[in-house]
Amino acid sequence: MQSTLKRENDLTLNRRSFLQVTTAATGGLLVSLYLPRVTSAQQPSPPKVYPPDAFIHIATDGKIKITVNRLEFGQGVQTSLPMVLADELDADWSQVTADLAPAADVYKDPLFGMQMVGGSGSIAHSFQQYRELGAKTRAMLVAAATDRWQVAPTQCRTENSIVYGPGNRSARYAELANDAARKPLPDKVQLKSASEFRIIGKPVKRLDSPAKCDGSQKFGLDLDLPGMKIAVVAHPPVFGAKVKTVDDRDARALPGVRDVFEIPLEKGTGVAVVADRFWTAKQARDLLKIDWDLTGVERADTAELLAKYKQLATTTGNVAVTRGDEKAMDRIPQTNSIVAEYEFPYLAHAPMEPLNATVKFEGDKAEAWVPSQFQTMDQMIIAQVLGVKPDQVTFHTEFAGGGFGRRATTDSHVPKEAALIAKRFRDTPIKLIWTREDDVRGGYYRPMHAHRIEIGIGADGLPSAWRHVIVGQSLLAGTPFAMMIKNGVDETAVEGTADTSYNIPNFHVSVHHPTVNVPVLWWRSVGHTHNAFVMETLVDELATRAKLDPIAYRRKLLKTDAKKLHSVLDLLDQKSAWRKNLAGGRAVGISCHESFETAVACAVEVSIENKRPRIHRATVAVNCGLAVNPLSVESQFQGGLGFGVIQLMAHGAITLKDGRVEQRNFDGYTPAYIMDAPMTVDVHIVPSTEAPTGCGEPPVPVISPAVVNALAKLTGKRYRTLPLVSV
Amino acid sequence: MATFRLNVNGSQKTVDVDPSTPLLWVLREELKLTGTKYGCGISACGACTVHVGGIATRSCVVPVELVGERPIVTIEAIGNDPVGRAVQNAWIEKDVVQCGYCQSGQIMSAVALLKDTKKPTDKNIEESMGGNLCRCATYVRIREAIKRASQQLG
Repeated sequence: MQSTLKRENDLTLNRRSFLQVTTAATGGLLVSLYLPRVTSAQQPSPPKVYPPDAFIHIATDGKIKITVNRLEFGQGVQTSLPMVLADELDADWSQVTADLAPAADVYKDPLFGMQMVGGSGSIAHSFQQYRELGAKTRAMLVAAATDRWQVAPTQCRTENSIVYGPGNRSARYAELANDAARKPLPDKVQLKSASEFRIIGKPVKRLDSPAKCDGSQKFGLDLDLPGMKIAVVAHPPVFGAKVKTVDDRDARALPGVRDVFEIPLEKGTGVAVVADRFWTAKQARDLLKIDWDLTGVERADTAELLAKYKQLATTTGNVAVTRGDEKAMDRIPQTNSIVAEYEFPYLAHAPMEPLNATVKFEGDKAEAWVPSQFQTMDQMIIAQVLGVKPDQVTFHTEFAGGGFGRRATTDSHVPKEAALIAKRFRDTPIKLIWTREDDVRGGYYRPMHAHRIEIGIGADGLPSAWRHVIVGQSLLAGTPFAMMIKNGVDETAVEGTADTSYNIPNFHVSVHHPTVNVPVLWWRSVGHTHNAFVMETLVDELATRAKLDPIAYRRKLLKTDAKKLHSVLDLLDQKSAWRKNLAGGRAVGISCHESFETAVACAVEVSIENKRPRIHRATVAVNCGLAVNPLSVESQFQGGLGFGVIQLMAHGAITLKDGRVEQRNFDGYTPAYIMDAPMTVDVHIVPSTEAPTGCGEPPVPVISPAVVNALAKLTGKRYRTLPLVSV
Repeated sequence: MATFRLNVNGSQKTVDVDPSTPLLWVLREELKLTGTKYGCGISACGACTVHVGGIATRSCVVPVELVGERPIVTIEAIGNDPVGRAVQNAWIEKDVVQCGYCQSGQIMSAVALLKDTKKPTDKNIEESMGGNLCRCATYVRIREAIKRASQQLG
């Protein structure tokens, strides 16, 4: 396991230190990092010991319940982490169940030091942790058996929740569990070699599938508690506006309305309505007559912003990376150059389950039920609002109907609203529901961006100079993570471009971060959403100009040490023989991209139907290190491609006019439906025993550039403005 | 407020609600049948799909006063129906779900499709499932599972 440990030590230093440092700066949030590498050589920090009883419960009937330290919101971690633990435990998988951990220190991400899902880190960061938990528990069960039989551990083996000893002796884990619990926790355990895995690496079906097919799975929004009341909030029509006056007489007259009152928001103020039922609360909100004070509130307008962004993109910004000669571009004749401008809109996450949080305040303590990606922060902020300590807030992690980053806010604004309302209703659980309209109009979007790129092409057809300016709001500015902005560069805006694996000798990337009165947030795959689109469409254009096969061209341009990307391009080439044999009116588009340490290459078969791209097929090659659950990797890639298609939808954009969001629901902001997503997706995984890397986000960046690269072949046009209003 | 008698999953229920209350919220909040989901409230996502008189219906836009005596079937009872059971089995076999929030609606739409069209083509599937949004985009496996259920039903 040395290689795995070492690998984890090297993981995304920026992102990790980012959370380390900044969570400390938010005040009160305990930061602990459990791996041995964290502190300086002089002060080695001992690895945190994880008590198995916080993670594993072996019942006397043989059932094994494994607690997952992550939110389950579709990514499959509620199955994959138990697989990891169960394999080292040699558990009978058919007896394994799993639940989601409440907020507690012991469940914090071992690298990030806070309890969270993000950065595609669930498996990458907890693989080693869950293996050790399984192996240690197994050792304790073996110790209980060897005591009983008076034999040596080396005379025992384990399989399917049974310890076997010499002379036909055997004992079930269930009957050893009580004795095993009294054994000392071993310091060190021998982990399996990859060839010994029985569950890891096998396609395993999801544990939560049956409950999600018969309606019995409860999500945060389904919570039903005795005495519970429902709250909705009237949010300001322009971010930051305040309530001037409110006439709530009609709202209060509705039977079942319990209270109407003003609450402070992250930006501006709002009016909370509390009722016995959702429908009553919503009707009452519709009856409120609110006069909003817009004094001094900036009214963002996306048309104006775009003009400003495009102007800014013609000037050099804060330098993210510079290699070779910045002026090399100026010496290249126009005939050998490309100048390209790109536009990307704001995007809402719009998870299927609308945002919600339930809070019950009991004076000196509280209880919360939240489908949360950021348990540590949400718990802390609820505690702050209620004037109690974080550990006095019992925080239940509820299953979430999607999230894509939207349930990971640095200001915890949704749980905060719930806590503010619950504070007025002592001993009463308050379920706050954001309607879909609240969600679509509520901000926290993937930021709008403009890119401007100048490329000089060498005699070999490869880019010899590349000057790139990116314009877009910083995700980190104004958050507790702001100190991670280095030299005016927010890494999350340039990731996928500044760190490209393409070998370009004279390479210069700079960025402008305008301040705009629209809240922004990480959106599944973050900066890669726009950066991969720009890089992969331009590289494709260069390949076409050079009259080279798009896969061959990419191989030629990639650095030789970009091993993961080379491996996926090789595999894609093998698995997409259909590319050579297309029906009329169809074309192939290629793209490849590495994000969150997972490399992906993609080929799509596209035609044009009713002036829209029709994606008949996608073939994907993935290198994610060891694929813990190949079935789950396949799901994430099939779904992640479909998720990414929103960038190409005609109505895949949030726009603002005079400060007001112009869309309100799925009628105006339209993600991909079944006919918009690829009809088939075959996923091929590069065999690997390297440490596993994430699969939640890496599927998203590749699909939209691959599709427009195919469209370019069909129409001869280049598509640089999203959403794709017309083909 | 008014009293309504509803036939839900084969049994008679009485609820006392505002007549404009959408069937969705009657199911979820009065009858505690939370398998039917709220996604948009404007019949644009299909998460709230139930069968009313055998027809796949967006319960978020049907006021309870318009339901009348037509029988309502929700995800909680669709497994009692042979087509419903086959669809649920195919969904599990193909490991379709991810977050799972939209899947009650997807399954209810798929059952309605297969009751109407025994051997659906991709075009039939897109027409019948075209209003059911899945933000995890489990669409590839939804197609496979519908075809699998169709094959199982013979």
